[in-house]
Amino acid sequence: MEENMTETASAQPEKTPITSPSTQASVAAEQMDMPASKLMRFGPENPLRLDEGTELAPWQIAYETYGELNADKTNAILVCHALTGDQYVASENPVTGKPGWWSMMVGPGQPVDTDKYFVICANVLGGCLGTTGPACTNPETDEVYGLDLPVVTIGDMVRSQAKLVEALGIETLFAVVGGSMGGMQVLQWASAYPEKVFAAVPIATGPRHSSQNIAFHEVGRQAVMADPDWCHGQYAKEGKRPLKGLSVARMAAHITYMSDESLHNKFGRNLQDRSAITFGFDADFQIESYLRHQGMTFVDRFDANSYLYVTRAMDYFDLAAAHGGKLANAFLHSDTRFCVMSFTTDWLFPTSESKDIVRALNAAGANVSFVEIESSRGHDAFLLDEPELFKTMRGFLTGAAKARGIPAPSNGD
Amino acid sequence: MTKLDLSDVRGDHRILCDFVAPGSRVLDIGCGTGELLELLIDTRGVDGRGFDTSQKGVNEAVARGLSVVQGDADNDLAAYPDDAFDYAILSHTLQATMDPKQVLEQLLRIGKKVVVSFPNFGHWRNRMQLLFKGRMPVTDYLPYEWYDTPNIHFCTIRDFVALSEEVHAKVIKAEALDARGQRIGFNAPWWVWNLIGDQAVFLLERK
Repeated sequence: MEENMTETASAQPEKTPITSPSTQASVAAEQMDMPASKLMRFGPENPLRLDEGTELAPWQIAYETYGELNADKTNAILVCHALTGDQYVASENPVTGKPGWWSMMVGPGQPVDTDKYFVICANVLGGCLGTTGPACTNPETDEVYGLDLPVVTIGDMVRSQAKLVEALGIETLFAVVGGSMGGMQVLQWASAYPEKVFAAVPIATGPRHSSQNIAFHEVGRQAVMADPDWCHGQYAKEGKRPLKGLSVARMAAHITYMSDESLHNKFGRNLQDRSAITFGFDADFQIESYLRHQGMTFVDRFDANSYLYVTRAMDYFDLAAAHGGKLANAFLHSDTRFCVMSFTTDWLFPTSESKDIVRALNAAGANVSFVEIESSRGHDAFLLDEPELFKTMRGFLTGAAKARGIPAPSNGD
Repeated sequence: MTKLDLSDVRGDHRILCDFVAPGSRVLDIGCGTGELLELLIDTRGVDGRGFDTSQKGVNEAVARGLSVVQGDADNDLAAYPDDAFDYAILSHTLQATMDPKQVLEQLLRIGKKVVVSFPNFGHWRNRMQLLFKGRMPVTDYLPYEWYDTPNIHFCTIRDFVALSEEVHAKVIKAEALDARGQRIGFNAPWWVWNLIGDQAVFLLERK
């Protein structure tokens, strides 16, 4: 996940972690099969069809819910998380002990108001926090899947979420919202199940993963696979973990989540704990120290093979290609109300990509709103304190709730 | 739909509301922060969409719960399918477009009916300013100097009638408004309206 940058200028860990890194890693390992969150299991009678052509069974999906489902079951909002996020959107993460990754957005009185809406957030297929992924135990062999798990796609992730939503007895979601890879899932939901999505909010995302984005992911995957401890994906069996490779992958990815401006404002060329450069390869600069810290903390909560799977899922996403090369075809005759959002300094999913979505929605005659938010903080802005983002989300959901005939939160701003 | 007190509402907006059938699908081009859209939704129960060139205005409109995107009439109308809306509305925007003829043609393609309101450059006050001062008119209704105005293609009521003819549009209804934004309540030939109308609202459809 594009984790919150700390708001302080320090590149050091901002506070003592609740659990030490090694404890975190063991907690993370426990969470892979038996998450602390809710869990839905699907047996052999309910297999999950995968885009690559096979079926997965048995399988499981870990999720959290917040708020109450109303009697008509019309107030459910599905939140889709980004690349390395999890189901703990608005509650403490059991591995890191940190607050939910979008607790500014989701919660009582927040724009996605859990006093009014019933919020569901599930760990994605291929993830490593309780939903079936490469770090899970394969019930057939009783060993960790590793690379034996078929490659999954955004379509597969959404299909698994649809089965969860159905199992929860919800016919139509009031809204599906998410940023980045979560935004891809939102688009996939609206395209694959238009009748089940009343409103859709894709944020800081695109209709396909660009060549440049695939390139960055490939650097990350190669870093993981070049680590001798990766053991061709069999590291669990060998009792090893490719921490260095995964850490480098995270460092590279993290740069893409920020803008040049935000990096400059935060770090500039400032030195870390020294007054002069050392003429060596230590972390002289604050930015180096910051990235190393980001890499190191990431490996304690995330599985290396899972990183390969979820990045691949994003790379394969191309909504237009799946609809005869014409993006508008993905949304033909859709009654879903869309609110697309982008950020001015996001170069991973620039505004032009959101505009492609908007143009396609217009061409399909869909109901669409589009807001570009001025922010200096790059792609990560969707996870940060951006008042315009919250205002737009609240306003859009309020308008949609009115149209849906469900109580909307009062305009709290 | 709620009955609202329309006495504070801008004159052209009031007429625009009258021109639009309840419950129809409406696209408001150049919608600003969505005032007219909100009015149409509240009084006529329309399914309303809009766009505007200013992202700031758009953000405000979306935060009000309206379906609005950033875009401009010259470039973004082409993305909309034929007959996508019952009404395509261009409220005080025609004179700010690069290519009014092309824009009007697009409107007639997208909307089954088209509503256009615009300031009438043929009003006698404008004529007088040009005639006696020899300078481009600056009035309460056209408050810009010629060099910093967003209005790049002014027209008169008679110009607009001629343009409608050229793009094969039929005038179903038209109203002229006086300086206070009140309807000029009598029927008159175009040249009279062209002289005394401060602004005009037209309802068109394809011939």
